[in-house]
Amino acid sequence: MVQELLASPPGLMNFAIFFLLAAILLMVILGFVTYAILAERKVMGFMQLRHGPNQVGGRWGLLQTVADVLKLLIKEDTIPKLADRPLFILAPVIAFAPAFLVLAVIPFTDKLQFADIGVGLLYYIAISGISTVGVVTGGWASNNKYALLGGMRAAAQMISYEIPLVMSLLGVILLSGSLNLNDIVSAQSHGWFIIKQPIAFIIFIIASIAELNRTPFDLPEAESELVAGFHVEYSGFRWAFFMLSEYVYLFAMAALTTVLFLGGWGALPFLGFIPGAVWFSLKFSLIVFILIWVRVTLPRLRADQLMEFGWKVLLPAALANIFLTAILKELF
Amino acid sequence: MDLVNSYQNNYLIVFVFLCLGILLPVIALFLGRLLRPYKPEEAKYTTYESGVEPFHDSRIQFNVRYYIFALLFVIFDVETVFLYPWAVAYDKLGIFALIEMLIFVLLLVIGLIYAWKKKVLKWT
Repeated sequence: MVQELLASPPGLMNFAIFFLLAAILLMVILGFVTYAILAERKVMGFMQLRHGPNQVGGRWGLLQTVADVLKLLIKEDTIPKLADRPLFILAPVIAFAPAFLVLAVIPFTDKLQFADIGVGLLYYIAISGISTVGVVTGGWASNNKYALLGGMRAAAQMISYEIPLVMSLLGVILLSGSLNLNDIVSAQSHGWFIIKQPIAFIIFIIASIAELNRTPFDLPEAESELVAGFHVEYSGFRWAFFMLSEYVYLFAMAALTTVLFLGGWGALPFLGFIPGAVWFSLKFSLIVFILIWVRVTLPRLRADQLMEFGWKVLLPAALANIFLTAILKELF
Repeated sequence: MDLVNSYQNNYLIVFVFLCLGILLPVIALFLGRLLRPYKPEEAKYTTYESGVEPFHDSRIQFNVRYYIFALLFVIFDVETVFLYPWAVAYDKLGIFALIEMLIFVLLLVIGLIYAWKKKVLKWT
């Protein structure tokens, strides 16, 4: 049925059907974000030998995030007098829209996927860069010193870590010979890229944590030095959209890591009877857990260490990995 | 014809995602406006500066160091623009293109080493 739909001439009917399906995905993502925040707080709690949320919604705090969202929804919204009003209002939208837009190309299983475009990987990288514009806009529009510093740090961090991120993926592209994410998954049927491309995987994980602005790279919002960085003037639901985009990116980045390095929905040998969706969610959860684990374990870097690390360690390593891969491929 | 349609449909999906990505914040903020209280007060609309009275505009001239990082970023980003098509077509291009690419990247690496030695990458 979906094949027929894709083959039919595009029109309003197709638009309506796609809209409905994408809206369902959006609801699933919002559900994920709700429980990812809870999971993060719980895991952080257990790792730091405390309980985490355990009041709202039973022992596991199952309704904690729902309560938080409701509280944000009925919170008064203030826009400072000195702020640049149109840009201030626009910034959360610029930050959020790309976060959802990148999900269009990610294949969850061989059946469950949305847009299957030829340049999927390039599309992901290109669109995800736009979010930083939203962060910088928010920092600038607030007309607040902390916010401006946070926004500038976000820009500096993005330009330093975008390069290693993009370069580390070249190894994967060399081996699969395609930018289409479906082709990349099928190229991993005889061994995942995490085994063939270990250096690329490590660089990618580090750079993606930096792109996600998560601890140890959360300098744009470093609460101990910049109070809350770029979103210090935001309150209520506008603030919630910055947070939401952060967690939607967490979803997108974990899904992309699964697709690129862990073989997507592919099964381990002899375990092919377990459906692809289960495999995907297992690998995906593992990546999310590792990202939370890293956040709990490592302290925040200093701004200068962060920049030096990106340019002096990650970039040369990524370049070396490209040519190591190319030469190995030429030899074998 | 089928291929053209499926191509167009795939980009239609991307457009749908764009619409939803913009609609969600717009609708949510509009709904919030109906629910949230509005009690304006002079003090609420001042700029936050950890309790200190804010002085002068915060949009000051910024440290130029960012500028050099931005220049480096542009150079290496353009490099990736060339590296991506090469990587996709690597199977067909073979060893000659590999050597060409090595020379190209080496030229840029020399630039990086120069910046390194000039202490541009050091943030002090």
